[in-house]
Amino acid sequence: MNPLAFLFRTSLGKKYLMALTGFGLFAFVVVHMVGNLQFFLGREAINRYAYFLHSVPELLWGARIGLLVMVGLHVWTAIQLSAENRAARPIGYKRKKALGSSYASRTMLMSGLIIGCFVIYHLLHFTVQVPEVNFTGKDFHDLVDAEKHHDVYQMMVTGFLQPWVTLFYIVGVGLLCLHLSHGVSSLFQSLGLRTGKYTPLLKSFGFWMSWVLVIGYWSIPISVVLGLKK
Amino acid sequence: MNLTLKIWRQKDRNTTGEFVTCQARNILPDMSFLEMLDVVNEDLTRSGHEPFAFDSDCREGICGTCSLVINGIPHGGQKGATACQLHMRHFRDGQTITVEPWRAKSFPVLRDLVVDRSAFDHIIASGGFVSVNTGGAPDGNALPVGKVDADQAMDAAACIGCGACVAACKNASAMLFVAAKVAHLGLLPQGQSERYQRVVKMVNMMDQEGFGACTATGSCEAVCPKEISLDFIAQLNRDYLVGCLKP
Ligand code: HEM
Ligand code: FES
Repeated sequence: MNPLAFLFRTSLGKKYLMALTGFGLFAFVVVHMVGNLQFFLGREAINRYAYFLHSVPELLWGARIGLLVMVGLHVWTAIQLSAENRAARPIGYKRKKALGSSYASRTMLMSGLIIGCFVIYHLLHFTVQVPEVNFTGKDFHDLVDAEKHHDVYQMMVTGFLQPWVTLFYIVGVGLLCLHLSHGVSSLFQSLGLRTGKYTPLLKSFGFWMSWVLVIGYWSIPISVVLGLKK
Repeated sequence: MNLTLKIWRQKDRNTTGEFVTCQARNILPDMSFLEMLDVVNEDLTRSGHEPFAFDSDCREGICGTCSLVINGIPHGGQKGATACQLHMRHFRDGQTITVEPWRAKSFPVLRDLVVDRSAFDHIIASGGFVSVNTGGAPDGNALPVGKVDADQAMDAAACIGCGACVAACKNASAMLFVAAKVAHLGLLPQGQSERYQRVVKMVNMMDQEGFGACTATGSCEAVCPKEISLDFIAQLNRDYLVGCLKP
């Protein structure tokens, strides 16, 4: 079979796409968290990091387009496969006990769709910085630091002082980590790498990585809400 | 024991079915679930009613014919056992038990609790075999097989093709079945020459038959009466990738 046709047409091909794009997005999410944690090194560090990221537009846009393609393929395969899966059981059970499966694994589509909404909001909020969605009455574009660079630190502090916005971040990130608590080890299964002695290893890798991610991401809004960072 | 059953009643493939309630009286705890249904059916026949149709053959957990979802679990939830091996002592006197057929588009209900599992036969026919020249039987140990491979092939070959994996999966996926059938041939030397064509043909037939895809939730492994491991699905994923990329 034509290798591309098999990737896009067969159920296993779509699962490989989902796993590969899921891995790419997972890698991004880890790097993004590590970058964000520079918030705790202070205003200067995180602002310099943000300035560095924006310093080469070709690389920045390369990364953005790459991420967009991955999200596009991931969501497309997710929706295709979910539709096929639903069609495979037109009449459901009257009584159904979910044996041996985790909550995360049964709710991948739902957690994924809510994460999708969260990501769109997050981009409008902190990347495009649409003033109407931050609910602070301020325009984040106006925040500049002593070096006349965009003051990302101040933007995070100001942004997270809005309780509803912060709550949405907490929920969004929580669901992302729920998604990944199943997704990370499942992607190795889909790619045929989770066998024998690697199975328990990959399962605990997925489990612990999702805890590391949730704590890492949550720490920022929570420290702002508790007034530890001003 | 006396029990209340909520059982699926369906005349044939083209009619819509419904749940009916009936009583199972004078059931002994040592009866198997199927023997309990036999008693119910005898009562029904005696009183001039139509008995419930259900599949069974060996009644000792080796043929894979029995196919009942009992209280929401294919084969009833006794670890490593089929419905015919499930005994009534696992139920309480007076309990209400729901009995349903396997539910999947690829397994249409023929009557009551009997489903058509020909889709599995089509998958096997598409590649689940080894092509050998017949002739005199080869010597027992002419073809050495490593201990690990032999054990794993045996574990996979334990699959009795009952379809509980499909019934339990939220996607009605047949991956565990196909994985077991692909693995028990693919692990042995006799199966090597057709290994990659086999996996591609069987997976494509699985898609064509309308089964869902795998989300790796693990429900199939949990209900499998032969406790076939999810690892075989990973192996299948790998073999299919190789099979599709091979020139
Ligand atoms: C709109 C957003 C998203 C949707 C709708 C979505 C949906 C899904 C679904 C339905 C599955 C698996 C289902 C299955 O195997 O049947 C899945 C798997 C996965 N997702 Fe997502 N997801 C989204 C975003 C993300 C993000 C942002 C990440 C990573 C940071 C991610 C990482 C993964 C991983 C690693 C898997 C496992 C792949 C596999 O099982 O092979 N997803 N996603
Ligand atoms: S009747 Fe043979 S396995 Fe149950």
